[in-house]
Amino acid sequence: MSPVFLSAFQRLKLLVRALGRQLIMGKTNAARGRYWKANLKYVGGLLTIWFIVSFGCGILFRDWLDVHFPHVGSAPFGFWMAQQGSIICFVLILIAYAILMGRLDDTYNGSDEEDLS
Amino acid sequence: MSQDAYNYLFIGLSFALYIGIAIRQRAGSTKEYYTAGGGVSPFANGMATAADWMSAATFISMAGLLATSGYDGSRLLMGWTGGFVLLTVLMVPFLRKFGKATVPDFVGDRYYSKTARLVAVVCAIFICLTYIMGQMRGVGVVFSQLFEVKIATGVWIGGAIVFFYAGLGGMKGITYTQVAQYCVMAFAYTIPAVFIAIALTDSVVPQLGFIGNYTAGETAVPFLQKLDNVNKELGFAAYTSGSLSKIDMFCITAALMCGTAGLPHVIVRFFTVKNVKAVRTSACWTLGFIAVVYLTAPTIGGFARVNLIESLHNTAHTEAPAWFKDFEKTGQMTWQDKNGDGKIQYFGPEREKIGDLNELTYGADIMVMANPHMAGLPKWAIALLMAGCIAAALSTAAGLLLVLSTAISHDLMKKVIKPNLTDREEINYARMASLGALLVAIYFGINPPAAFIAKTVAFAFGLAASSFFPTLLMGIFSRRMNKEGAIAGMAVGILFTLGYIIYFQFMGGTPDQHLLGISPEGIGFVGMLLNFGVAATVAAFTPPPPKEVTDLLDVVRYPDQTGEESVIAPH
Repeated sequence: MSPVFLSAFQRLKLLVRALGRQLIMGKTNAARGRYWKANLKYVGGLLTIWFIVSFGCGILFRDWLDVHFPHVGSAPFGFWMAQQGSIICFVLILIAYAILMGRLDDTYNGSDEEDLS
Repeated sequence: MSQDAYNYLFIGLSFALYIGIAIRQRAGSTKEYYTAGGGVSPFANGMATAADWMSAATFISMAGLLATSGYDGSRLLMGWTGGFVLLTVLMVPFLRKFGKATVPDFVGDRYYSKTARLVAVVCAIFICLTYIMGQMRGVGVVFSQLFEVKIATGVWIGGAIVFFYAGLGGMKGITYTQVAQYCVMAFAYTIPAVFIAIALTDSVVPQLGFIGNYTAGETAVPFLQKLDNVNKELGFAAYTSGSLSKIDMFCITAALMCGTAGLPHVIVRFFTVKNVKAVRTSACWTLGFIAVVYLTAPTIGGFARVNLIESLHNTAHTEAPAWFKDFEKTGQMTWQDKNGDGKIQYFGPEREKIGDLNELTYGADIMVMANPHMAGLPKWAIALLMAGCIAAALSTAAGLLLVLSTAISHDLMKKVIKPNLTDREEINYARMASLGALLVAIYFGINPPAAFIAKTVAFAFGLAASSFFPTLLMGIFSRRMNKEGAIAGMAVGILFTLGYIIYFQFMGGTPDQHLLGISPEGIGFVGMLLNFGVAATVAAFTPPPPKEVTDLLDVVRYPDQTGEESVIAPH
């Protein structure tokens, strides 16, 4: 066969292969996009709670909470949040994050393999 | 046995333990030296990180600061724990997937530039140095107390021990030693608190006693009310109300939080576990362990405050307790009999305004150590506390020195100046860098930039918040951020913050010159906003990063592929 023909054939083969890869990759990329979105959603949600319990309860609305919220033991609510409550919430936030992300990883690691096989 | 004998015994035993572990786990390779070979369980790593994280500032200074400033001290409590949440959800998993153990290494690769790496090295050096200064001060306070010498001598003794100790094992040795140190610290911190809680509030759990009733007086009153009353009686602000403005409080807390997330020595800790899943578990353990101490700190502060006032105010100096004379001897507490009645009078600003003379001065940093004496705890409990203080300062100083020396030997020497460095030469450079850094830290430990350890350390966080936090965050979450933006942002952020701190701490700036009423402790937050702004503006006018870099960023956003096979159970 002439070299020109060969190279055209090869080019075709490469093109088909590339198209195939694109299809698979497209599927994987969509899955990965969803993973990233879910990740961002979790982080956004948890950081909102993080902001409310620390800056919100402990600093910005502290005086209002001290007066209008029930005391924790003998401590005014805002003061207690600033000194104790926020820290407890932080630990809970991290536990929630570890569980949520662990689950997310498991789902997508599974579907990733399906897409590629 | 005398108190001194107990102190030496407990400190000696704890040291023998640390050094024993460090020698057994001696680093054989550079990988082990820097990241312990990556095979530490999340539980152990959690403890080690907690020990690393809880410095002399936390252990020695924080409760004292809470005792003297009440609600205002919450900025440290929230700032240092809340920052850990930011660190875990925004930084660590991604840096880990990126595979770069040091911050300058990440910055150098993500921003494809040697200049960016250099700027990051310089920032890391400033942050770590400021932080170590605080630690050296802490070590000094403890050794001064232990050997009954001046603080300066104590700093020198501490410096010698830290150097020997940090050079010994590298990260592998440090990790397991820090596990032991966490245990010593946790016991040393909580046991005195439990004893005092029982004595003052009849509650075994200090946190419940804190919000419960004060029962040591004739009639039971809510403890916090008692605290507010004694404070107000002597002319201080009520414990539960703060004196800082809201904006200052907000900025300081934010600077501490974001600084935490940009702290180089904590980030590197998460490279010592197997994979991203283990990183997240490990972070939970770490914050849990930290919370044990942080939830106890306000109770210690409150109890110490009541105890101090009850046992010293209006007491004749001749009848003052023995511990008071010990603290007088080392110059950590002073008494001047201004009205000549032979009694100790302790008054705050409100009473001084109406002509009452305050005769008692002391540094807040000694509160934690004075606390068990004031409560009349057994000698072994006091000795345990001393051992804990030393553990706190040593572990953090060692971790920081390691990062600092890595920044110089690895990121500066090997990556920029001399690429064909052998492993052994690299470790030697690392050790030389530690020595140099330590000498600088000792100097500033003796001549501290701020009155409290916690304040000096807060500066380090401000620097980290204004330089690394935005650069790392944009490096992870923005595909458009390029090297020009990052370099400009880092440089502007850290120079602004450093300049502000130096102006107000060393060049005699007065509080009424503060920008929007924000103190130097909180200025890191403003520096951070500047960094974001400058970086985004510069990046908008310069070319986007090359494709290799954005491809690399995509990888960071995928699930961790090694997640399944190598999970280590946290138990």
